[in-house]
Amino acid sequence: MTAPGAISKVCTALKAYWTGGTWLRWEVFLGAVLVADLVLNAVVSPYFLDPLTLSDATFNFTEKALIALPMALLIIGREIDVSVAGILALSSVVMGLGAEHGLGTPALVGLGLTTGAACGAANGALVALLRVPSIVATIGTMSLFRGVAAGVLGDRVLKNYPASFHWFGQGYVIGVISFELVLFTVCVGLFSIYLHLTLFGRRLYALGSNPEAARFAGVRLTRYRFWLFVATGLASGLAAVLLTSRLGSTRPSIAQGWELEVISMVILGGVSVAGGRGTIPGVALAAVLLGFVTYGLGLANIPGIVMQIIVGALLIVVVGLPIVGKRLQARAHR
Amino acid sequence: MPTALRRARREFGLATLTLALFAVVALRFPDFASGRSLLSLVDDTALLVLLALGETLVILTRAIDLSMAANVAFSGMIVALLNRAHPDLSLWVLVPLSASIGALLGTFNGLLVWLLEVPSIVVTLGTMAIYRGAVYLASGGTWVTSGQMSASFQGLVRHLLLGVTTLSWLALLGALLAWWLLRFTNAGRGFYVAGNNPAAAVYAGVDVGRAQARAFALAGAIAGLCGYLWVARFAVAYTDVANGFELQVIAACVIGGISIGGGVGTVAGVVLGCLFLGVLKNALPLLGVSPFWQTALSGLVITVAVIINARDATPGRRRILEPRTLAQAGTPGARPSP
Amino acid sequence: MRASGLAKAFGGTRALIDGELSLYAGTVTALIGENGAGKSTLVKILTGIYRPDAGQINLDGRPIQIHSLLEAQQLGISVIHQESVVFEDLSVAENIFITARPKRYGLIDWPGLRRRAAQLLAQLETPLDPDALLRSLSLSQRHIVQIARALSHDSRVIIMDEPTAALSHHETEDLLAIVRRLRDAGHAILFISHKFDEIMAIADRYAVFRDGAAVGCGAMADTNLDSLVSLMVGRAMAQIYPKLPASPGAEILQVQGLSRAPEFQDVNLTLKRGEILGVYGLVGAGRSELMQVLFGLHRADHGQILLDGKPVHFANPEEAIRAGIVYVPEDRQHQGAVLSQSIRDNIALPNLRQLSSCGITRNSRVTAAAGEWSARLQVKCRDTGQRVDELSGGNQQKVVLAKWLLSKPRILILDEPTKGIDIGSKAAVHQLTGELVQQGLSVIMVSSELPEILGVADRVLVMRRGLARGLFERSTASAPAILRAALDS
Repeated sequence: MTAPGAISKVCTALKAYWTGGTWLRWEVFLGAVLVADLVLNAVVSPYFLDPLTLSDATFNFTEKALIALPMALLIIGREIDVSVAGILALSSVVMGLGAEHGLGTPALVGLGLTTGAACGAANGALVALLRVPSIVATIGTMSLFRGVAAGVLGDRVLKNYPASFHWFGQGYVIGVISFELVLFTVCVGLFSIYLHLTLFGRRLYALGSNPEAARFAGVRLTRYRFWLFVATGLASGLAAVLLTSRLGSTRPSIAQGWELEVISMVILGGVSVAGGRGTIPGVALAAVLLGFVTYGLGLANIPGIVMQIIVGALLIVVVGLPIVGKRLQARAHR
Repeated sequence: MPTALRRARREFGLATLTLALFAVVALRFPDFASGRSLLSLVDDTALLVLLALGETLVILTRAIDLSMAANVAFSGMIVALLNRAHPDLSLWVLVPLSASIGALLGTFNGLLVWLLEVPSIVVTLGTMAIYRGAVYLASGGTWVTSGQMSASFQGLVRHLLLGVTTLSWLALLGALLAWWLLRFTNAGRGFYVAGNNPAAAVYAGVDVGRAQARAFALAGAIAGLCGYLWVARFAVAYTDVANGFELQVIAACVIGGISIGGGVGTVAGVVLGCLFLGVLKNALPLLGVSPFWQTALSGLVITVAVIINARDATPGRRRILEPRTLAQAGTPGARPSP
Repeated sequence: MRASGLAKAFGGTRALIDGELSLYAGTVTALIGENGAGKSTLVKILTGIYRPDAGQINLDGRPIQIHSLLEAQQLGISVIHQESVVFEDLSVAENIFITARPKRYGLIDWPGLRRRAAQLLAQLETPLDPDALLRSLSLSQRHIVQIARALSHDSRVIIMDEPTAALSHHETEDLLAIVRRLRDAGHAILFISHKFDEIMAIADRYAVFRDGAAVGCGAMADTNLDSLVSLMVGRAMAQIYPKLPASPGAEILQVQGLSRAPEFQDVNLTLKRGEILGVYGLVGAGRSELMQVLFGLHRADHGQILLDGKPVHFANPEEAIRAGIVYVPEDRQHQGAVLSQSIRDNIALPNLRQLSSCGITRNSRVTAAAGEWSARLQVKCRDTGQRVDELSGGNQQKVVLAKWLLSKPRILILDEPTKGIDIGSKAAVHQLTGELVQQGLSVIMVSSELPEILGVADRVLVMRRGLARGLFERSTASAPAILRAALDS
């Protein structure tokens, strides 16, 4: 094959790939934005490309991203959980109380995970068994969980965590690569396998696209919905372990506003709110992207609340742009 | 009119529940039922009522607005800043300005939902963050305190007419206007049509997107007005004004019988829902519940309310067998002949 | 009204090539044609949803342009759809006047609205409470609300699109009576239906469409069933209900005293290996509800189901599928297939276990299985990666069948399998079922089309109002006998 022939073949293949609508398109786009942002950050702050800085940046998103993974599955399944931050807060409070009573690190971790899973099960019971619409059910449980945490905590701060407990959130595995980052990467792998390779993932996509037809095809809707909520609760509990150990304390305001950041990660990752569409690599990329964007903004001394403006605008633009693009395309074809 | 009465069953239930709760507290604390206490209760709940009415319009069209509280904060901050800088600026300018800013923010939401067809939950998640951040930008992180606000600015909401505060009268007026809009105008009925069956709405001459945009604009205007009312009533304006309040608003709507799927709900229901939450909130300190537990309790109430809503909405079994047959066999689910 | 030379194309598909139609006041004109013949496109042009690429429409001799639904309404053209265009949580009265609520002093006049609604309902001799919410009404009552809506606009042309599709016999009679009343009042009615017995009973004129063009019209009195069908199909009436020879074996399924109040009660039935058991009944007789219990979607209150002599309890469809019982539901679009997914994904969905190893689904196996069955059922598509909502109704049904046949079931339950499908695909479905039955599959076929039941079933179970009313062998099954069992009170 001649060189120009090969090049034209590659070009046609690329063009077909780009316009063919295969699922990698969005992920490639996100990847490109991520690279652009990394470059921008490096330009704005010369210290950015230092390995220690980059590792520091990962703490910005790993905990939220861990929750975003099962949340993505939930939203693909046409449900939503806005109570994750409340679950996190409650798990943290339970762990703090356990620490005050002198429990060791393994017991504390167990407490945190169990609380998270139990809260998730409560959500699951409401949505899967009692058929309450998930948005209102989790708005209710969000207040409930956060409220119980606040009620139990009062105005104190729980700080008496054992020294070994701090490793989860502050420890490193190899060099500058933190435990949190390793855990995140492992989870991305596991969730990707679940959603994209196993039969359970396929059933989930069908459930999200048309729950009725999925039910008639033998998919156990109640079971899927229930366990998805448990998984999200468990992930929130795990994030509670990581965050609490990183901060070293439990305050009533812990993880305030995190539910929206997690949901933003998922939606930015290409998951449709209508259900039935989305990928784990996309969500992972979106999590990393948001993490680096907010970290870079922090390095440039932009206050958190202004960062929210950028995240909010990003969310709208990212969801709106493809729709506008489709409309313009349709108009051009007429 | 048996049908109408049957439909008001839910409102009756809620009213009874509210009165029962009220009675329980009043029995132990007779002061709770005093005129002054009642007026204070209404005044406390007025802002919730106004915002819930706005949110209702949006939810009726099968959308949701999470940005109302941020809208309140922004509009309130702007007029507070203006008042601090120009104390002689008349309220006749400031109050409509506040509402207009709110309307603008609401219209922005509405246009994104209508023209760009972005799901409302995504739009308002985004604008919630944007508007809240804008408050910070506008104020530079500073607070506008009561000392910096003019007397007339703060005074209007507290002014008493026939012993009732202006704020309370506004809430009443708002409820009446909302009732009039939803019951007697085609635009109002259009909200119900759009939310009930969006696919078929075109056959009824209703453009769902446009109805939603209208609802968002109105909700925004109400939020804008509440911006002024809020900062004036609490005599302070800062970035975190009304933070998290949107959830109380949605809770009031849900308790009041507004279906999250759209097309169902009444003004009376929403007002009752607000009153219920108001009584609860004022009763808790009296009942010795520490303020730290209040969120938990209202969360519990919301959860119970949505469970009840869900039970109402579940479709039952299809009625095929003739009542005669059922009665003969005495099978479960048998009902006597109508 | 007279439409001539109407044409409409969508991209490369020419939906309508030469649409011609004349409607006269005080006449019922039947619009006949297979699916895809251009009927619905024509209706959408007449009601302003589509703009024609060519041709013109004259009303009272003057040319008109219809740009929108509202404009069509103002010109006096109304349409009543198959799927109710109603608003469930609004009252009957409001639904009737949904586009034009009467006003007094600028406010909606609710008492006046109620009064006018009651008047219209009285005109139609239907005692409905104007304040009742739509969601409490049956399908036929909802149709009547739509008719009242058409009357409220002073419509001169009323188009009815398959209005009796899901109605019981009694409800159909009531509806046809209303249609006659409307005709006698001077309205022009365009009646679209697949049911020839109704057409013969109600229509004064006919108009037949085939492949996007009008192929014939005239007075009903001057024609007969055979010539109508041959006009519609373009060839002599083919064998629609082929009956392949079969020899049923032993009983594999027994249902004893099955009850689920208030849906059905005390139903007994048996199914033999290699037979087609037809279940006939009017719409709403409880047949689908019974089948859904057999499939594990719902639980029965009393009675038992025996498979190969052993009692079984299915808590969910997955268990039924594992036992070899599968169900093709009536509502293809919402329950039968996941329209937004590909043919491949739909076929794979209930069979994922056999297409996976250790939980990982093998794409190669999926594509192979989907390709094999898609070819065997002759699904017309680009490839198995095509989305199901791009296929025609008949091909969608084939995909639904394919996904179940892949699971090698023992009992196939079909619920109105040929509803809304063109004649060619109908014949294909029956041919296929016949072949499978010859190979040992047992079929339960629920249908409300008597010719279909009489043509294909080995035995016929008749249900009425939730009760089993009669069991007929093929030799003793006749239209009058079955109808009597289905209608007797």
